[in-house]
Amino acid sequence: MSASIPAGATATAQSRTDAPLLEVDGLTVHLPVEGAQRDVLRDVSFGIRAGEALGLVGESGSGKSMTARAIDRLLPDGAEVEGAIRFEGRDVGTLAGADLRAFRGRVAMIFQDPRAHVNPVRRIGDFMTEALRTNLGVPTSTAERRAVHMLAQVGIDDGERRLRQYPHELSGGLLQRVMIAAALLTEPRLLLADEPTTALDVTTQAEVMAILHDLRREFDLAMLFITHDLELAAAVCDRTVVMYAGQIVEVRSSALLHGDPLHPYTAALAAARPDIGQTSRRLRAIPGRPLSAFEAPPGECAFAPRCPHVVDECRAGVPDIVELDGGRSRCVRARELRGRLGVSSDG
Amino acid sequence: MAEAAPVLEVSGLRKEFGELVAVDDVSFRVPAAGSLAIVGESGSGKTTVAKMIVGLERPTAGTIVACGNDRSKPARSTSDRRRRGGEVQIVFQDPYSSLDPRQTVEATLDEILRMHHGWPKDRRRQRVLELTELVGLDARQTRALPRGLSGGQRQRVAIARALAAEPRVLILDESVAALDVSIQAQVLNLLADIRDETSVSFVLISHDLAVVRQLAEETIVMWRGRVVERGATSRVLDEPQDDYTKQLRASVPRPGWKPQRRLVAAADEEG
Amino acid sequence: MSATAATLPTETTHRRSAWSLLKSTGPAGIAAAAVIAIATLVAIFGSLVAPFDPTTSDLSLSWVAPTGGHLLGFDGQGRDLLSRLLAGARTSLLGPLAVVILCMLAGTILAVTAAWRRGAVDAAISSGLDIMFAFPGILLAVLAAAVFGAGLLAAAIALAIAYTPYVARVLRGAALKERSQQYVSALEVQGASATSICMRHLIPNMLPLIVAQSTILFGYAMVDLAAISFLGLGVQPPNPDWGVMISENQPGIFQGYPLSALLPGLCIVLVVVAFNVLGERLFEQAQKARQ
Repeated sequence: MSASIPAGATATAQSRTDAPLLEVDGLTVHLPVEGAQRDVLRDVSFGIRAGEALGLVGESGSGKSMTARAIDRLLPDGAEVEGAIRFEGRDVGTLAGADLRAFRGRVAMIFQDPRAHVNPVRRIGDFMTEALRTNLGVPTSTAERRAVHMLAQVGIDDGERRLRQYPHELSGGLLQRVMIAAALLTEPRLLLADEPTTALDVTTQAEVMAILHDLRREFDLAMLFITHDLELAAAVCDRTVVMYAGQIVEVRSSALLHGDPLHPYTAALAAARPDIGQTSRRLRAIPGRPLSAFEAPPGECAFAPRCPHVVDECRAGVPDIVELDGGRSRCVRARELRGRLGVSSDG
Repeated sequence: MAEAAPVLEVSGLRKEFGELVAVDDVSFRVPAAGSLAIVGESGSGKTTVAKMIVGLERPTAGTIVACGNDRSKPARSTSDRRRRGGEVQIVFQDPYSSLDPRQTVEATLDEILRMHHGWPKDRRRQRVLELTELVGLDARQTRALPRGLSGGQRQRVAIARALAAEPRVLILDESVAALDVSIQAQVLNLLADIRDETSVSFVLISHDLAVVRQLAEETIVMWRGRVVERGATSRVLDEPQDDYTKQLRASVPRPGWKPQRRLVAAADEEG
Repeated sequence: MSATAATLPTETTHRRSAWSLLKSTGPAGIAAAAVIAIATLVAIFGSLVAPFDPTTSDLSLSWVAPTGGHLLGFDGQGRDLLSRLLAGARTSLLGPLAVVILCMLAGTILAVTAAWRRGAVDAAISSGLDIMFAFPGILLAVLAAAVFGAGLLAAAIALAIAYTPYVARVLRGAALKERSQQYVSALEVQGASATSICMRHLIPNMLPLIVAQSTILFGYAMVDLAAISFLGLGVQPPNPDWGVMISENQPGIFQGYPLSALLPGLCIVLVVVAFNVLGERLFEQAQKARQ
């Protein structure tokens, strides 16, 4: 999907179509957990091109939120990071001071619970215009005009009134839309969205996703969309990354994800979900529970204890990533199981 | 098909919080061994309906009859409350606050058994074992404190606790919403098994249409306190009649889905 | 559903024993507990262990420095200082204990009742507490002395009344939080009575806070009671009591014999600090375990 170059885009060191906007390369993160340093992310590598929407799907312990935080330099104290994260060709880990602030203007993040990320005693207008005023030196009246315009883009028409309101006066759905508008004010190139619709009603979610879709097209915005909902990611993102126990287990074009998954976990996750179109006698539940990176048995495939296709080779070592049909899979049997994992095929 | 009396019958239920009408003229009935889903989003009033049925909220108007006993007014005495507890039970949404952090699973279940049945210690211990087996907990988990259990395990305990009272009706208030997908599937299978084994009736409160399809035979859809549609779950989901139901159905992500900006405003979208 | 450490089930499946809880408070906590334990032993056995009679007075020995068997010397009235310190521990510790027991009981009952019933009952209790806040402890104690005559009991009750609103205010917050937990609703739906839920579940889950409050209040009560006795309204001389001893031996400071006034003061400080340190650490540990 090629993106058109919008007017006014600054020329960057790399060419638009080939080099990725964001490159995560061998990202490994250790965090202090109850006294010891434990793995939470292991060898995570992927790229996002300009204008592309990449879904990041996983359950508890998968490391999906931690990945977004690593990208935005929001890891908790005591975190040890290995590997590299490059945005527009520059290493994010080495940014400091003004460079870091500029980076934050080009990579915006929205969270699951907007209320936890906004100051309840400041007005919406203050919060929205802060980055513009402080980091980019935009005069207040101009910043407010832009804020009102952006609020209209997210479907909030009485922007001037909203700017003067406080966060508690807005419902969850409204506040999330305000957060999206605020995130877009600095004209970022990449939006990190950490479960932005999980806490919303499904109709509100549909609306927020529609807004994000329109805005992405208008601003040529790339997006990393984190969710536990495989169907949602597959529906709104170009490609989907599936994570398990702190590792990437599959990268797949969304259109092919359900019909032709490359990893048993993806297939099992899709099959575990009840079907809205028909009742089945029993769901195909995965035995056991999802693990964090440090809980997974070392030296073998993390999913081996729960996998319906496990063989001895799976326990011989941590499987490498295999490239297959334009996608990737961390399964030793990926080629062999190709075509046999889809939801349409019987398990 | 209504030869036997329904285990739960709700009629003209209404709840006002000051000026706000949270529940407006809601009626439905649940047959023995049946399952009804109440579908809605925030502000629909579905949770308030559940709370009124179990006595945590008092109806402003309307009647609730469970197992032939009227419970529209609050319970008068402890024995009355206890009897009602043996008729209708509830499993809440949040696995992390639904168990007393200082009580082991054994102690939690034992306390409920002591409350409802005057059994000697041995019989209670036997029943605790039966209940934990029924919900799929092993011996270690039974002796554990809540902090030694995962979210899915805690929900199993909450289900066991509700079943310890041997209710005819089990209300599941978004009971799987906070669980990982793979764990959710396990618990949904468990609930289906329990229905087969004990013939308890379910009232499933949920916003998740796929879960509703899996577990409930009948569905009512609530919007802003009112019932806007009712019928067999398959019919409501495959051929929705009401605009809101259609919008709800259209909002569920699936391959090829193109999200639309909404037509019917949500109850909470003002300010 | 982010990958945080909290999703890992911990190994502990049983409630911690008191000993392991104590160990977890670190060296400072253990030292504080030791000080309190020693003080308690002295309070119980002090007068038995005292080498001399704490009330025998020989004015010719007034302010005499440590000599012979009198390890700390004599006070202004010629009484053995060490014996008086040991014997004085009893009232110095008993008084605050009575205060803490009374105000914690009253405060807990008020807080839990307000939190459980909510609405009008909560409003009424909170207003009542607001009125009680207006009366500082020492003032009430002076009033009590005026009405009932000077003495430890009246002073202790007066302080307990003055402290109750603080306790109730703090505990009410914790009680409200506990009450809104879903397990409480689950028990209500099961048909448990309010009393049994409060006694068996609500209050036990507030225990860390209750214990922490008690230890801190013990310190305050000790200081306030010592001050009251110092003013002559609490324990009456010639009874040995650390507060009284400071008062009686105050002239010695100006005459160049500070020991007999400073040592009881030091004892008070030591015990109060020990209670505060232990209380804080216990609270921290209990909060961590709760996560």
